[in-house]
Amino acid sequence: MNRKQKRNLIRIIVSAVLIILLKFVSCDGILRFLLYMVPYLIIGYDILIKALKGIKNRQPFDESLLMAVATIGAIALALYENGDYVEAIAVMLFYQIGEWFQSYAVGKSRKNITELMDIRPDYANIEKEDGQLEQVDPDEVETGTIIVVQPGEKVPIDGIVTEGHTSLNTGALTGESLPREAGPGDEVISGCININGLIKLKTTKEFGESTVSKILDLVENASSRKSKSEDFITKFARIYTPAVVIGALVLAVVPPLYLMLATGSAAWGDWIYRALTFLVISCPCALVISIPLSFFAGIGGASKQGILIKGSNYLETLSQTKTVVFDKTGTLTQGVFKVTAVHSENTDDTELLHLAAHVERYSTHPIANSLRAAYPNEADECSVENVEEIAGHGIRAEVNGDVVCVGNSKMMDSVGAKWKDCECAGTIIHVAVNGEYRGHIVISDVIKPNSKEAVEKLRNAGVRKTVMLTGDGIKTAESVAKEIDIDEVYAELLPADKVTKVEELLEKSKNSKDKLAFVGDGINDAPVLSRADIGIAMGAMGSDAAIEAADIVLMDDDPVKISKAIKISKKCIGIVNQNIWIALGVKLICLALGALGIANMWAAIFADVGVMIIAVLNAVRALFVDKL
Amino acid sequence: MKKSYKIEVDCANCANKMEDAAKKTEGVKDAVVNFMMQKINVEFEEGHEPKTVMKEVLKQCRKIESDCEIYF
Repeated sequence: MNRKQKRNLIRIIVSAVLIILLKFVSCDGILRFLLYMVPYLIIGYDILIKALKGIKNRQPFDESLLMAVATIGAIALALYENGDYVEAIAVMLFYQIGEWFQSYAVGKSRKNITELMDIRPDYANIEKEDGQLEQVDPDEVETGTIIVVQPGEKVPIDGIVTEGHTSLNTGALTGESLPREAGPGDEVISGCININGLIKLKTTKEFGESTVSKILDLVENASSRKSKSEDFITKFARIYTPAVVIGALVLAVVPPLYLMLATGSAAWGDWIYRALTFLVISCPCALVISIPLSFFAGIGGASKQGILIKGSNYLETLSQTKTVVFDKTGTLTQGVFKVTAVHSENTDDTELLHLAAHVERYSTHPIANSLRAAYPNEADECSVENVEEIAGHGIRAEVNGDVVCVGNSKMMDSVGAKWKDCECAGTIIHVAVNGEYRGHIVISDVIKPNSKEAVEKLRNAGVRKTVMLTGDGIKTAESVAKEIDIDEVYAELLPADKVTKVEELLEKSKNSKDKLAFVGDGINDAPVLSRADIGIAMGAMGSDAAIEAADIVLMDDDPVKISKAIKISKKCIGIVNQNIWIALGVKLICLALGALGIANMWAAIFADVGVMIIAVLNAVRALFVDKL
Repeated sequence: MKKSYKIEVDCANCANKMEDAAKKTEGVKDAVVNFMMQKINVEFEEGHEPKTVMKEVLKQCRKIESDCEIYF
């Protein structure tokens, strides 16, 4: 609670107590009026001052002015009629309670949400010449400086480990609880928490350019990109207040005049009272406050899960997503090639891998890497000599005196080995020893373990169509699609073809409200990411390009997060809609009942303050997204 | 040129009104008020000194909401 809130709370309590005490004081006339003016002025003096300023600045629809008119009018009526001032003072009191609650709740949730994103490091350690650590402002650390991160501290700036081994908790960035290992040469991203070892980093960026600054900037500015519902409410608020005020004026003048002409008794007091209840309901606050608050809470909750949403508008579009288009490599598959099958002839599988790994000993080709990875004890006593790389074919080498050829079918043909094709999807590597065929090894990209679950969950989240685009061959593509149950596959696409395909798909859903999301790894998908209704980049931790190009950024590479993001967006939009309907509904009903004389000022206070409190509490719900 | 300033405003509706007032101020190309973060992002028109423009923005905002604050 800040000072202003404390002061207002005291004012609220004092005037509430005074009103109750005055119930027990029996007096009449001017003394009674003066006594009741005490709590009224205590609770309402600032509103009255603001009202005067409103008049001076010619703001006829100033909220304080309307409140002042409503309460002064009610007091005047009471003075004239029955001396019941409580109602008017209560209107002011509850109005102030509402304002207080709004300020408190918004301040509190702002704090909660920014705390969720509490990844901002306060300092960086620099080792001085005498070995002492000095804490400096991360902003002042230049690129290339060696900084020290002790156990328990946050990594303040992106960098590369120069000394030490440790585990890093990336939870604040990714929502992932498994620690990540880091040792010399590894890149470390700011915002991670160092768990157990002391490490030294050479910074690769300035603080302002580091991951942590980028993320904070992104999340904090997300609510500046306003959604359609926000625009709608802003426009609505602009006409709502004037309309209600004009309604109040009409109500105060027209029916009594008509009655006076028709029946001779005008009942001015009655109609003016009804007009005043209108003024109490004229503030659009409940509507206006709940919407940015819901979006802010939704975006905050999502970022806690490692899902960064760049704007309220994207949250809205995401909730209408019916088609999800995936890029295959790096999104549904790991983008790492592994040996997935070994078919040997006249030898055993281990021996085949053994030979292949030896031949590839000196190669840096990705295929060589995966072959060596499949046979970890490659560096044994076998001799590998006369290694020769034959472009477009493969590699030939002498292993323990035998000529071993490892390569594609063309190479097998050239040495006269009778190779066999394989029904497995992927790259097929044949092996021949002294011209005799010994079998083949299949290398393919590995599907992420939770890709199938991700696609299934997307269907549960209301996605009607899933599409996969890939530059790979059709056989590989179809086998992946079949395994994880993707609806449509387009293979052998060049990067430019992907844009065309997405445009075709967009064309199909052009006339409906259904939206299309594209999911990629963000590195070479930038054009497609920006072309789709919503671009989602995965595994973006540390990739600036991805954070730049996408509308939604998944910090880790878990595809299940896509459906989670959609569910979060749906919950958030649901809350926004509920709030719009509750607030509008109650206000309109109270206006109607007020005009008929059924709803009194107490009902009007509920329509104003009560609804606002309900809407704010409902909005805060958007923050809780753990279980979605 | 774009700049971001910290603001203080209590009610969301007033924040929207501030945004309108800021947008109409001379020298301001566009303005967005972020009520939740209590920030205003102002894009200035070329050839205008931000400081003088912001003074006018604050003056206009004060007219519609007397106790708002912009720190510049």
